[in-house]
Order: sequence, then structure tokens, then C-alpha cells
Amino acid sequence: MAELFLVEAVNDALNVELARDETVMVMGEDVGRAGGVFRATAGLRDRFGENRCVDTPLAEAGILGSAIGLCMAGWKPVCEMQYDAFSYPCLDQLITHVGRYHWRTGGKMEFPLVVRMPYGGGVRAPELHDDSPEAYYVHTPGVKVAIPSTPADAKGLLAAAIRDPDPVVVLEPKLIYRAEKQEVPEGEHVLPLGQARLAREGTDVTLVAYGAMVRVCERAADELEGEASVEVLDLRSLRPLDEDALLASAAKTGRVVIVQEAPRTAGFGAEIAAILAEKAILDLHGPILRVTGFDVPYPYWKIEDRYMPSVERVAAAARKLLGF
Amino acid sequence: MVQTARDEHELRRVIDEEREVEGLDTDDLLAIYRSLILLRTYDERSVVYHRQGRIGTYAIFWNHEAMQAGSVHALVAEDWIFPSYRESAIGLLRGMPPSTVLHWWRGHPAGWWNPAEYRVASICVPIGTHVPHAAGLAWGEKLKGNSTVAIAYFGDGATSEGSFHEGANLAAVMQAPLILFCNNNHWAISTPLEAQTHADTLADKAVGYGMPGVRVDGGDVLAVYEATREAVERGRAGGGPTFIEAVSYRAAPHATADDPRAYIDLDRVEEEKRNECVGRYEGYLRRLGVLDEATAEEIRNEALETMKQGIAEAEAEPEPDPELVFDNAYVLPPPGLREGWDG
Repeated sequence: MAELFLVEAVNDALNVELARDETVMVMGEDVGRAGGVFRATAGLRDRFGENRCVDTPLAEAGILGSAIGLCMAGWKPVCEMQYDAFSYPCLDQLITHVGRYHWRTGGKMEFPLVVRMPYGGGVRAPELHDDSPEAYYVHTPGVKVAIPSTPADAKGLLAAAIRDPDPVVVLEPKLIYRAEKQEVPEGEHVLPLGQARLAREGTDVTLVAYGAMVRVCERAADELEGEASVEVLDLRSLRPLDEDALLASAAKTGRVVIVQEAPRTAGFGAEIAAILAEKAILDLHGPILRVTGFDVPYPYWKIEDRYMPSVERVAAAARKLLGF
Repeated sequence: MVQTARDEHELRRVIDEEREVEGLDTDDLLAIYRSLILLRTYDERSVVYHRQGRIGTYAIFWNHEAMQAGSVHALVAEDWIFPSYRESAIGLLRGMPPSTVLHWWRGHPAGWWNPAEYRVASICVPIGTHVPHAAGLAWGEKLKGNSTVAIAYFGDGATSEGSFHEGANLAAVMQAPLILFCNNNHWAISTPLEAQTHADTLADKAVGYGMPGVRVDGGDVLAVYEATREAVERGRAGGGPTFIEAVSYRAAPHATADDPRAYIDLDRVEEEKRNECVGRYEGYLRRLGVLDEATAEEIRNEALETMKQGIAEAEAEPEPDPELVFDNAYVLPPPGLREGWDG
């Protein structure tokens, strides 16, 4: 086991997978010479050469579009989008082609590409460096979406994404890229997509989250210690979704608070709430609550902390539900 | 011939100059003719099938056959073709059965072919978005040490799209063996070329990418062949991509759902029809003494027979099982995909 930051675990996964499979290649803006603006791809160009860690032109649709052609030529491209909100030009290719091409070939050709990007707010950055775009991605048929919250999961989920025969988008919570070093298995480490993680076990209320919000939920659980036994469910993968784990936790606690930093309307939290309403209604002791960002442009960073779901807001929602 | 200012630029021509293309023998010339006739027959029959309610909305490519047949004849079987919907039947030149393409226009899943089998990518519907795919394929083959070339077909309107730019630029940066084949038929549905670009010619765009840009008479199948052959040779030799602007004119509606009378120059259309690409090549072959009426009729009948068989096969295909809705959305489908399905 090595002690790594989350972003170092991403780098570790890329090193292992590039070494294991010579058809895997990394591509994106500033991923080669600079090693990525967050250093996620540091050292790869030196180790694997400029053709397996490629500095591309500044063109997100071109990156993802050419990745489709690279798949047709037998490559497994891992495309970095430099920031969440910079990924929007690639949505054109993602929606019109990436999620459809396997289907369009009658299942004859596979497009095992990966799109990975740092996402989320709280990092005191200029406009459009803070978005949580998971709903756009998970709403696209043909695409899978994973979001790690720990260094070990960041490695395991990225490895699984690279090995998955379907296109996978991996959203990496940049707020906690270097929050805390944790133990990460050395060498090959694959965490199958679609397995949620019980970050904390409890019996009174479940906090459901993913990415950077898992840590917020864990702190809220600390805050509520002595008042209630709090369970924290880290989804880790939005599609495939570990619905069994979600329903089991809802059945156990009977109270669910969903936390997402993305804007509220039609966010992934709404999907979770809908699943619970359809399948767990008789297990629930109160309404399903959401703690989310707001339906506004992500704010200026001087006041971004009031936008991001906080420990206080999450704890308050849990208390409200416990007192229902 | 009515010409826009842009058409006055010199275009590569073979037929009008009564030239011969070096390296093409009689068999090659007749093979190109066969391809032209097959595409023409496919197109004309498809319009009829649409009117008869036997296929759905169909994008007509009448008078575009020279651009498609001429360029494909400059490729080898290993080279990849990335068609737009205007080149929907280009796979026929690679041995794809007409029934497959007819299935596609009938909205039947049997029309979704395996691109690897023919080295013909799926029909790209959103304009210009396949240019990066072709760039990636050409680059990826180059990285593997193969000499495969890719060709992407698109219209004049596509050159306004971001994807065209990103794909062209990436191909040039990577020196990928890509041919960007622009069929400039002067119309993007109802939008004329002058509303699409302020550039003097579309081929001028190549300068900005650092690649050669050539202009060719798109109604001259041999000029198209010759220009494409040069681009293929350049690409295979490591010389990177080439932009080919094939200048043409859309003499038919954009698609069966379009009525161009509201916007098009009908006199120009009539003139283009009189000078259409199949007739021009046929005249050339007859003057050369390569084609006589008996051979021409035999080739036309052969194509008609192929299409008769194609539509018969397409119509004999059983209706698709609705369960196919879920097929191939994923290689490894996530659970819950069939949530709400009552089948």
C-alpha cells in the first residue's frame, strides 16, 4: 500500500494501465509536456512517449471526436478535459456519437474510451472552473459515469473505466485532489463500476452523496454524533447505479437526505429521490430531502461557500428529517 | 454555364479538356462508369421508393455521383470512408448490399452495418461531426504504422461547423493521412454559399490549417479521381491531410421532404441537369470509343436489377422485434435499462 493523494492515485492508475495495455493512450490539453494542470498525467509522456501521452490542440470536441476514430483504429483513448465546464464543447460528440456509435454499428464495434476531468467547486477559481456537470453525462444513453471520493477508489474506478468496453466518464472531485493522503493498493487495482460504498454505517438517517460531498456528509455525521446514528452512502458510480445498496440503506434507516453540489433542478439527486419514491416509499418515515447547489450560475468565489452544500446545511436537513 | 464569382477560379478538369488520366485503362474507365450508374440508379430508384411509401425521408444525391465514385476509385480497400447522409449509398462501391442502405432509410435495425466489414463508417447525420472521427482514425492508423488513408465527405455548409475546424486542424497537426472531401453544391438546404462563407473559395480554408487545398470540377468524375489520387498518395507518403473542394451544384432537392422552388435558381438547376455528371462522363467515354450503347444498356440493366433485388430483400426482412430497442445500447448494459418496459 502506498499513501497517495487522490490526484496521485489517478496518476498511478494511468501508469499501471498504460504499462499493462499498449493500446491505452492518454490525450488532452497540456497532459504531456506539463503533465496536466493538476499533474494527473505527470511523467507519462517521459515514460510512455509522446504518442501515448499526447498534447492535443485546444479543442474538446476534436479530442473526443478523434478518440472515436482512434477506437476504430484499435486504440483505447483516455481523454482529459481540463476542467468540468471546459468539457461542454465535447458534449456535442458525446451525445451525438460517443453514446450511440456501438449501437449504430449493430453492436459490432466497441468504443472503450474514457473521458476524465476534474470537477466541482470550492477551489477559489475563476468562472467556469467549478461546475458539477454529472447530470449532462449521466443523462446521455450509452455512457457510464463514475465519481470517486477517495484515493483508492479514484485508482480503482479509473482502471475499471479504462477496461470497460463502453465509454465511461470519470469525474474527479478537484476540491479533494490533495485533501488527504490515504492508502492505495499498489499495482493493478480495479474497482468494478456499480458498487456503492458504505462510508459510514448508521441506523437513523442515510446521507447519500458522491465525490467531494461524501466528505461533507461524513463531517455532518460527526456533527450529529450523540443525536443520531448516521449512515453515509457513497454512490461511486451513477451509471451503473448500485440501486440495491441505496434501497437497503433506505430500508434500514427510513430517512434519506441526498447531497449534490450541482444545481437543484433535474440534478442526479432528483433521480435518486425518484427511485426512492418508486421503490422505497413504504420504508420511509419522512420526505426525501435534498441539499444541493442552486439554480443559478456558479457564484463568484468570494461567496461560493454559501452555494456549496455545507456541513451545517446537511446536518440541518438531517435534523429536520429526524424531527419529522 | 451560369457561374458565381467563385466558380471563375480555375478548377481541375479532365472531361471538358478532353484529357486522359494517366494510369487508367479501359477496364478502369468502365469500372468508374459502373459505379456512377450504380449510384445514379440507387438514387433515382430511392426517390421512387420514397414516393411509393417504401422508404422514409431520403437525402437525394443526384448529380453528386461523380464526386463519390471518382474519389472512391482512388482508394484501396484498406482505406476508410466516412460518409455524411449525402453519401448514404457509398458503401455499395465497397460491396455493401443495397438492401442494407435501404434498411437504413426504412428505419430498420438491419440497416446498421458493421463499419469494420467495409471500412465505411456509419452514416453521419449531424453536419461535420464525423470529421474528427476520420481525423482520429487516420491518426490512429498512422500511429500503428499502417498506411491506411481516411476520407471524410461533407458539404459546403459543414465548413461552418466547429467540428470541421477541430477535425481538420487536428489532422494537420498530427499529419494524419486524411482527405477532407468537400462537396460544394452551393446549398445547405436553403442557405446559399454566400450566406455560409465570406471566403473567396472553400479551398482557401486549407491555408489556415497548413495543408494543401485543391479545387476540382465536382461534375467531372475523372478530375475528382485524379485530385483524390494525388491526395491519397501524399497522405500515404507521410504528407498529411488534403482539403479537396469539389465544386458542384445541387440540382435536386436537399431531401424528399424539401421543396427548393422557394429558394433555388431554377434556370441554373435546369442547366445543371443538362450538364449532369453521368451524361458528361458517358459522352467522354463514347468519344473515346470505350463505351457503346449495348454496353451502357447492359450496365444500366445490371444496376436496375441490383436495385430490384435490393428493395425486394429489404421488404422481405421481417419487422424488427421491439425488444431490439435495448440491443447494443451498451456492451455491458447497466441494470435497470428495461425499467418501465412492459414487454
